[in-house]
Amino acid sequence: MSSNSFSYNEQSGGGEATELGQEATSTISPSGAFGLFSSDLKKNEDLKQMLESNKDSAKLDAMKRIVGMIAKGKNASELFPAVVKNVASKNIEIKKLVYVYLVRYAEEQQDLALLSISTFQRALKDPNQLIRASALRVLSSIRVPIIVPIMMLAIKEASADLSPYVRKNAAHAIQKLYSLDPEQKEMLIEVIEKLLKDKSTLVAGSVVMAFEEVCPDRIDLIHKNYRKLCNLLVDVEEWGQVVIIHMLTRYARTQFVSPWKEGDELEDNEKNFYESDDDQKEKTDKRKKLYTMDPDHRLLIRNTKPLLQSRNAAVVMAVAQLYWHISPKSEAGIISKSLVRLLRSNREVQYIVLQNIATMSIQRKGIFEPYLKSFYVRSTDPTMIKTLKLEILTNLANEANISTLLREFQTYVKSQDKQFAAATIQTIGRCATNILEVTDTCLNGLVCLLSNRDEIVVAESVVVIKKLLQMQPAQHGEIIKHMAKLLDSITVPVARASILWLIGENCERVPKIAPDVLRKMAKSFTSEDDLVKLQILNLGAKLYLTNSKQTKLLTQYILNLGKYDQNYDIRDRTRFIRQLIVPNEKSGALSKYAKKIFLAQKPAPLLESPFKDRDHFQLGTLSHTLNIKATGYLELSNWPEVAPDPSVRNVEVMELAKEWTPAGKAKQENSAKKFYSESEEEEDSSDSSSDSESESGSESGEQGESGEEGDSNEDSSEDSSSEQDSESGRESGLENKRTAKRNSKAKGKSDSEDGEKENEKSKTSDSSNAESSSIEDSSSDSESESESESESESRRVTKEKEKKTKQDRTPLTKDVSLLDLDDFNPVSTPVALPTPALSPSLMADLEGLNLSTSSSVISVSTPAFVPTKTHVLLHRMSGKGLAAHYFFPRQPCIFGDKMVSIQITLNNTTDRKIENIHIGEKKLPIGMKMHVFNPIDSLEPEGSITVSMGIDFCDSTQTASFQLCTKDDCFSVNIQPPVGELLLPVAMSEKDFKKEQGMLTGMNETSAVIIAAPQNFTPSVIFQKVVNVANVGAVPSGQDNIHRYEE
Amino acid sequence: MSRTTSLPKRIKIHFMFFPAILSDSTTVLEFQFSCSIPAPLHSENDYFGVCSEPVIKDNVVVVYEVLEEMLDNGFPLATESNILKELIKPPTILRTVVNTITGSTNVGDQLPTGQLSVVPWRRTGVKYTNNEAYFDVIEEIDAIIDKSGSTITAEIQGVIDACVKLTGMPDLTLSFMNPRLLDDVSFHPCVRFKRWESERILSFIPPDGNFRLLSYHVSAQNLVAIPVYVKHNISFRDSSSLGRFEITVGPKQTMGKTIEGVTVTSQMPKGVLNMNLTPSQGTHTFDPVTKMLSWDVGKINPQKLPSLKGTMSLQAGASKPDENPTINLQFKIQQLAISGLKVNRLDMYGEKYKPFKGIKYMTKAGKFQVRT
Repeated sequence: MSSNSFSYNEQSGGGEATELGQEATSTISPSGAFGLFSSDLKKNEDLKQMLESNKDSAKLDAMKRIVGMIAKGKNASELFPAVVKNVASKNIEIKKLVYVYLVRYAEEQQDLALLSISTFQRALKDPNQLIRASALRVLSSIRVPIIVPIMMLAIKEASADLSPYVRKNAAHAIQKLYSLDPEQKEMLIEVIEKLLKDKSTLVAGSVVMAFEEVCPDRIDLIHKNYRKLCNLLVDVEEWGQVVIIHMLTRYARTQFVSPWKEGDELEDNEKNFYESDDDQKEKTDKRKKLYTMDPDHRLLIRNTKPLLQSRNAAVVMAVAQLYWHISPKSEAGIISKSLVRLLRSNREVQYIVLQNIATMSIQRKGIFEPYLKSFYVRSTDPTMIKTLKLEILTNLANEANISTLLREFQTYVKSQDKQFAAATIQTIGRCATNILEVTDTCLNGLVCLLSNRDEIVVAESVVVIKKLLQMQPAQHGEIIKHMAKLLDSITVPVARASILWLIGENCERVPKIAPDVLRKMAKSFTSEDDLVKLQILNLGAKLYLTNSKQTKLLTQYILNLGKYDQNYDIRDRTRFIRQLIVPNEKSGALSKYAKKIFLAQKPAPLLESPFKDRDHFQLGTLSHTLNIKATGYLELSNWPEVAPDPSVRNVEVMELAKEWTPAGKAKQENSAKKFYSESEEEEDSSDSSSDSESESGSESGEQGESGEEGDSNEDSSEDSSSEQDSESGRESGLENKRTAKRNSKAKGKSDSEDGEKENEKSKTSDSSNAESSSIEDSSSDSESESESESESESRRVTKEKEKKTKQDRTPLTKDVSLLDLDDFNPVSTPVALPTPALSPSLMADLEGLNLSTSSSVISVSTPAFVPTKTHVLLHRMSGKGLAAHYFFPRQPCIFGDKMVSIQITLNNTTDRKIENIHIGEKKLPIGMKMHVFNPIDSLEPEGSITVSMGIDFCDSTQTASFQLCTKDDCFSVNIQPPVGELLLPVAMSEKDFKKEQGMLTGMNETSAVIIAAPQNFTPSVIFQKVVNVANVGAVPSGQDNIHRYEE
Repeated sequence: MSRTTSLPKRIKIHFMFFPAILSDSTTVLEFQFSCSIPAPLHSENDYFGVCSEPVIKDNVVVVYEVLEEMLDNGFPLATESNILKELIKPPTILRTVVNTITGSTNVGDQLPTGQLSVVPWRRTGVKYTNNEAYFDVIEEIDAIIDKSGSTITAEIQGVIDACVKLTGMPDLTLSFMNPRLLDDVSFHPCVRFKRWESERILSFIPPDGNFRLLSYHVSAQNLVAIPVYVKHNISFRDSSSLGRFEITVGPKQTMGKTIEGVTVTSQMPKGVLNMNLTPSQGTHTFDPVTKMLSWDVGKINPQKLPSLKGTMSLQAGASKPDENPTINLQFKIQQLAISGLKVNRLDMYGEKYKPFKGIKYMTKAGKFQVRT
């Protein structure tokens, strides 16, 4: 067979060649790249004809081919006139492809591109929102400066469009116009401001993106929208979430005070300055309480937490950096688990995430320590991942885990990936310097590596050993001798230089070897690397100074060699050394100090992480990845010393007042007020209410809060417990008297209110006693009276109101439950009344628009203050090592709306596992209900776990008794709620408050006089005291000296 | 020149770096997005069955159209494949035929309803004659086993992939027998996070078709059962140019299930010139260029353990490699979730019909390495 073809070849070699040529052309011509120029022209000609034909199918075919040409990188610009004509095509696919073409070539052919503009202007008025949107998209992508005014107009119009999809595209167009013509900035900011008010989740992400591009410094535009954005966040599409979270991180850093300097240092300082007097202590406590996190700050942290569970790595990373930059240190720990999860995704994402973890782990190794093993290196990881993992392992190394890590490193050193093996050796060096216990072990290990067969490994070991020895200069003569021997075999310049330097530095410790080494080096001087030559010179100089008898001639020989070296650095060095060490008439005073200069104690090098200096960049940004400030990087500001006025974010309360008017009126008002007349949409959003907000908040809030709680617990428990005692005593007294009264009412609240007021009084007087001031100011009397009075009334009012609205709502919810898929407003009732005038497409528009802004009738507001005191449920002595504490997180209970949520923290103080912790027999008074926590399988020794449960106390302060059981034992425990914890704060305006107060005078009214010391008589102190004992919220008040609280 | 650049590469380059160059932005976003591009393009009944260079070249117009919808000015616009499919209909042979006859197009002319609703992941008006919902619980074991056979690190990563073809707007709940096993979870956006937090129930309105409902992690603290072991004896001798190679794979803690689809791969040291091996079952290959040994074992029969024995010929004169090669293992176990996770029940609300439900379990090796 082969011989056959061979003979054929011989016969007609030329023919073969032509055939080959033909074959080549035939394979290529379909794609047209190497076709003849003329044929290419012809092809374009027929494309033109097709574009001018009447048949859509021909046009479409032509457009497809043109787009194909663009994709292949061929110039199709000469077809521009023919293509532009088709921009008005009815066929939507042709239109789309023309758009693709236009975006590509319009900048080159500006005049012709103008032909298409009128079509876009027409399309912008099209009834189909998709067409409006894509027209805007393309119009704004055409970079022709002449049409800037048209674009501006189009954006303005689109920003008021009925369809949120079009508005979203308007937000995108803003950025494009800005990059085309930055002059338009002011006008664009106006549009951004308008769009920021938009309540659609669809728009939110895009407009924030535009904000970040155009005017990231106009933080004032965010104030009014801050809470809305926080609450919308979970419903925004993923990409939008990322942008919003980054923006809010920056915002939070400018608007809130730092949550970081908590407790410890402050307290220590105080104690050093003063004796721990009782009075002083109280002061300290007050100081500590002064830092309460701004509720808005808390809102952000709480609302972003569920997003850690997102499937989108970018979102998780964004939340992680938010927690890292703005949450209290104690809460940042939760991000580690999610970040470790991201390590499963593709390697690009892995790389970025590992970089960020590396930066984090330098500052706070604690949060990643449990996941140490997740950073173990696999042989299949790419090198970039391997080195990053090593970096993290180094950061996480401590006394406890170093032995396991070193064992792991041993495997890595043997890796076939030599670059990685070298990095491992450096890592070992760093561990050795950081953890003193293992320095010797590491050193020995590294010395063993010196006999490794691989040169890179040996070289790296030498360099690292040099650094280590420099840190502990004493008695390492043996190692130095060993290394001196290596000079014969090792060729890597850095390693040779390191050895020479080491010998020079320790030349007095190895007096016999050092001159010999110098002798060998003198022989090979000319063939050495520059780096090595410099060190030979150094070694010679040092030996000359210490042992001139043996080495004088050698050194002079080397200096002579160096004098004529090709490298000027070496010549310079030679000249310098010669002047310094060889005494002659010209050398000045310096040569006397030559020994001091050359053999001075040198500070040990610091082996530092390459990620050390990255922390000033915001995590997750390109700048952080590159460790260079990239253009467009927005600096994360430092926390302000004093928080800017938080009231700038208040918008809700005022709107709330309006919403509380009867429905018809409210609607009118709204539609008149809004700039786009979507009254239906308004209705939707108004109903979806802010109670959904607070509910979505509460679920995630509990845990967050508890973390904070734990910190300050110990400090405040002492004085709060005594207070607690006196309160409860008094309450129970009152309780007995009023039993009859309570029973007669189904949901009577008066007792608790009395109790509450009682508390108020007792506390104020308590504090005045403590301050030992007996002056009873008459004015303070009246003030506190009015305060407590109004407070108790307001509570009643709102409670009733709430009941009413709840009844209203429940039946409605059922109707819409199938449609209303939004997780976060389960009780909201979008009562979109389909108006006949609405087109079906508009209805579709509206479907997505029920957004949770603030506008419910009664909105349960977030607690103004969460008390930090915990109560003992089960002491560890009586619980055989199981200790239980509880506190009231003041969150709406997730188990039922009448329940009070309680968080129980269980601690295992024994040295063995406690298994199967659960609630046993319950002894509850009639009517009381309890939602128990799920049984806990086991609790590790020293472990603690926090569970939440709900108890419906029936608005009474009766004790709930139940049994807390473990596998072996049962302990009877009980919870008695302080009256203040049975309340629920709601947000309402002063006006509403007064109205409700007026409706409820009479039967439930109680008033009393509270005597307060003058120093307690400042609004903030009163507020602090009230919220400390009762879960109420403050009504914004016009008058200074009247405090109103809502339950 | 442009012809030699393959299109997929260009897409990647374009998307990964274009936004980054414009200004500083979040790096993960870019990478995540660039990774999400192929997703709608190649996942099963989306655009193209597989996303290869020729397929993209053939469908360059569709790719353009899709990308146009996915991205605007460097910012992701719509990445949900359900929405994209409504905007740009996937090309099928049937549709091409219909289009040529009727002159209709692949491009939808209405905004997908999902885009604006609160469930952007689901389109409205879904209809099926057979209503079915299948869930695959797939767990992967990531492990590093050291020389002596003890586990250095092992963890289980699981996912629940769903294929839901249900009419209308069904609301599903899925509950587990032992939800506490799940240490860390991430959800498809359709899952109601609050229900999970409070009741440990997955409650969701599913997207139409295939999607990943949940991915989870079973913590390393729980002891992970390692279903296979590898006995190995790989030795290089300093003097001779021959090395011994012998590995045996056997089952361990398999809960009575058979291990299938076993493949062993190993990157041999550079010094190995060739290998002369005989497997007791399956086939093996050794690529002398990449030094990659792979052995396709198949099923493990506990009575007759599969083994691969033979010699390696080493480069003459070269010193023996420092490290023995790492062995990577792939395997599959049907009908078993190694963590013990069990779905308790699946309920549907909101629609009247009775769907057909199915749940499948599978355990696979993830990054399973044995150091020798």
